[in-house]
Amino acid sequence: MPATSFTPSIASRPVYPGLVSQGPIPAIMLARAEGGAAILDMAARDPLVMERAHLIFIGGGSGHGADLAALGARLYHRAPSYAACLERYRKALRDAHMGTRLYLAGTEGLIGTAMAEALAAGFAADAIQSEHRGPVDRRMQCVHCKGITEDVATDPFACAHCGLTLFVRDHFSRRLGAFQGVCVDAETPGVIPDMKRIRP
Amino acid sequence: MTARMLCVTGVQPISPLVTRFRLEHPDGQALPLFSGGAHVVVEMPDDGTLRRNAYSLISDPMDGSGYEIAVRREDAGRGGSRFMHHCVRPGDRLRVTMPTNLFALDLTARRHVLIGGGIGITPFLAQLRQLQRLQRPFELHYAARSRDEAAGLRLLPALPQIHVHISSEGNRIDPGAILSGQPLGTHVYTCGPVGLIEAVANAGARLGWPKAALHSEAFLAPTPGKPFQVTLAGSGRTIAVGAHQSLLEALEANGIAVDWSCRGGACGRCETRVAACHGRIEHHDHWLSGDQKAAQATIMPCVSRFQGSALVLDLQEAQ
Repeated sequence: MPATSFTPSIASRPVYPGLVSQGPIPAIMLARAEGGAAILDMAARDPLVMERAHLIFIGGGSGHGADLAALGARLYHRAPSYAACLERYRKALRDAHMGTRLYLAGTEGLIGTAMAEALAAGFAADAIQSEHRGPVDRRMQCVHCKGITEDVATDPFACAHCGLTLFVRDHFSRRLGAFQGVCVDAETPGVIPDMKRIRP
Repeated sequence: MTARMLCVTGVQPISPLVTRFRLEHPDGQALPLFSGGAHVVVEMPDDGTLRRNAYSLISDPMDGSGYEIAVRREDAGRGGSRFMHHCVRPGDRLRVTMPTNLFALDLTARRHVLIGGGIGITPFLAQLRQLQRLQRPFELHYAARSRDEAAGLRLLPALPQIHVHISSEGNRIDPGAILSGQPLGTHVYTCGPVGLIEAVANAGARLGWPKAALHSEAFLAPTPGKPFQVTLAGSGRTIAVGAHQSLLEALEANGIAVDWSCRGGACGRCETRVAACHGRIEHHDHWLSGDQKAAQATIMPCVSRFQGSALVLDLQEAQ
């Protein structure tokens, strides 16, 4: 699956310019499902990028695991879920120093949460690279109850926590790694626009 | 530029080449507070020529009772620092702009590494006080050629975070060693000779540092050059720029107002549009990008010069 191309939007909407090897310097790589293909593509362009890389891969049934394991990363770890590898990822961030690069690949939800974690650990935004692969489903925060709903595919959608019908905004919170969802019928209760599939 | 007359209340030689000046409000009023890294521009009426030099403030940013600057005498320079050393006495009045900061600390950083070479230590003297007050982790590296020349030794407090590198004693500063292994969230600030700034930038690039974490301020004085002429697009008037005069100074001497701030090619305030250019602009600034410099459609008159047959500036004369 190739990298996703998005339609232009507001300035706070994240962009995912794609992974570009920074050479054989210390690196943390985190990929989920189809994001694994972005790592494979980068390593094909510059195999040296794996030399000092700690690669964490969340399979997600994609079948890239065997190819990624064969890339020769300094450390390779396969995890069943983001939650399962979160402590490992945090430890890698804690042990990193200036000059360590971070490569993130996968859906917006994965990139957003992993980037928020890295920024909180002190990573500079320009030390992080990202490439979007896979579905365009979004990680949404309800601005009313603050609950997070993962993998939102439609606009509007029902908040998984408070049940309000939420409008999917392009307004993204880097701190939370999530888009903002706002009650769509607050002024006119019950008048809800037709549900549409989220565009890339 | 907002400026006010301040009274010189202290002139103290620090080293053979460096003197500290203290400036206070003539009526003892409090001056505006500033942030570490800020500078002021001092006007010097030197025998018919009005000189303006930028100096970093070295006193405590939270102390409004006065501003202190440290001036290194540049005998080969254009005369501003010689004027400060030879002509300024306690009790004199000098016109001084209010502080402007083009070299502020990034307070989102978790750790600050300050690298000062020679007189480039000055902005860090104020930043040190700010960092200590904020209780932020930092380390400071001060590089000088010899102990006699190292005015910073007499200006720096005795702190374990301060490291002194004297090259004549075989202890040359090693930017690679300073930058390697720094924890995430570290920002580095360099001020001093161009060679030191480049060495730190190169070490950062080699070690994979993100550009946003590397800050620098070069002490840029207008470089003398060959005399040249410019023409004003509005009136067609021609203005001659002398060998030891900057284009900005020549415009000012002819009564043409150009907005300015740092006078050192860093802030971008005096950027002036070029209406026509037949020749080559000698860009000396840090403001314009490589593409902008190549386009020759704008010039920073504070430091840049021109060689060629005609340079027409898009400037109007004040009525």
